[in-house]
Amino acid sequence: MTSGPQVAVADRLFRRESGQAVATLARVFGDLDRAEEAVQDAFLVALERWPRDGLPDNPAAWIVTTARNRALDRIRSERRWAGRRMALEAELRTVGEDREPETSVSPIVDDRLRLIFTVCHPALAPEARVALTLRALGGLTTAEVARAFLVAEPAMAQRITRAKRKIAGAGIRYEVPRDADLPDRLRSVLTTLYLIFNAGYGPPIRAELCGEAIRLARLLVALMPDEGEAIGLLALMLLQDSRREARVDADGALVLLADQDRSRWDRAEIAEGERLVARGWALGRVGVYLLQASIGVEHARGSDWTRIAWLYDQLWHVSPTPVVALNRAVAIAERDGPAAGLAAMADIHDLDGYHLFHATRADLLRRLDRLDEAAAAYAAALALTDSEVERGFIRGRIEEISCRRQG
Amino acid sequence: MKFLALIYGDESQWANATEADMAATFEAHTVFGEAAGKAGVLLGGEALELSHTATTVRVRDGERMLTDGPFAETKEQLGGYYLLEAKDLDEALTWAAQIPEAQTGTVEVRPIMEFEG
Repeated sequence: MTSGPQVAVADRLFRRESGQAVATLARVFGDLDRAEEAVQDAFLVALERWPRDGLPDNPAAWIVTTARNRALDRIRSERRWAGRRMALEAELRTVGEDREPETSVSPIVDDRLRLIFTVCHPALAPEARVALTLRALGGLTTAEVARAFLVAEPAMAQRITRAKRKIAGAGIRYEVPRDADLPDRLRSVLTTLYLIFNAGYGPPIRAELCGEAIRLARLLVALMPDEGEAIGLLALMLLQDSRREARVDADGALVLLADQDRSRWDRAEIAEGERLVARGWALGRVGVYLLQASIGVEHARGSDWTRIAWLYDQLWHVSPTPVVALNRAVAIAERDGPAAGLAAMADIHDLDGYHLFHATRADLLRRLDRLDEAAAAYAAALALTDSEVERGFIRGRIEEISCRRQG
Repeated sequence: MKFLALIYGDESQWANATEADMAATFEAHTVFGEAAGKAGVLLGGEALELSHTATTVRVRDGERMLTDGPFAETKEQLGGYYLLEAKDLDEALTWAAQIPEAQTGTVEVRPIMEFEG
């Protein structure tokens, strides 16, 4: 086998484009392992040919066709397929034929939608959904997924195997869910993609995970163009991603939104996020992701806290969680002053173990010159976070307060 | 596919239940049974006596050992089951969520193993 830059390019391109083939073959075989096996066969062919003959015009189609042919070879030569050979061969022959890349809802596209819903089924644990999604649709290796989530590779391999076994044994179908199940199932898909994004958003930042989450969210929006929450999630990711570079300084320390250098925000991502938010509101059903994206748009436009506080009221209406209450209190503090924010925080319970709750409270107390209470709240926040970036920021605040108390 | 919905609950709640509570639970199961029966989903189901009536059997080295009590001493004990016929897990879960004990206890859903041939 040759090595060098062409192989690296072929490797990356193959894995990016292989989700289609995995999805299609998973439908045919009704089994993710068999699908991955056939695609892995095609991968070996690609590593041999692409660096030598150049890349195919349509890599995704090349992979589907090659994987299909390898699958055909396997079912003809391996005894385990004897019982289903005829049916499988007939089914495989239809794969990759007469496809029009221009049509928006081809059966091929449907295959990917089926697979997303399958690997993000709510009957699977969230961490298993994340791992399977990245492997099956993102083309990441088990080692890469393990690294991304700071898990040892054997443990991650076991997690993936267990999840596949559950899909195979629990009666989960490779199908887009019925309308009755769709809201619940879609929520599970959106949560999974957002978990992937947040794992990349850090700190520390892992841009490739953010990029992968955005790519999958784009795919979902293309497949389900009328789902306002899918549009909202894509917009939210783009808007958050636009600030990625400005969120940490040269030393890796966290920079607050108000202190960020706005010239380092990605204008193209913001513009796309704004267009998507407008499209989402036009659909008329406003959910948690679209509201959070709308808040992101307001921040990108210069943080009008009156509008942001109103959006947090709406968000609190559809999703009355303690974390939403906390962010709403921050917006109220910006609109009406730290005392009003502190009053809004008084109703929040069960966030005692959340460092940002204490850090937010500390900041409001600091602005009210209640320095002893502020120092105590910062100390509580410091004890609750492992992130070195955040610890550094909090320590800086504690020092500043102790200087002011002495001065 | 066939699925078994195993119904777990806190038996002390049952022990402290009033006549009215018991009647309400019975009625709720009747409603579930009628709905699931009409949909062609319900294949069977039974309630079990309380877990203090359980006997556990193990055979080791040809010797039968009996233990007084259930397999696992947990707060929520197996109290009954329904056998359901459903297209897939989603449909089975939709019905399982309508079993009255899903509100107060726990319902575990498992596919029935199918053998080829």
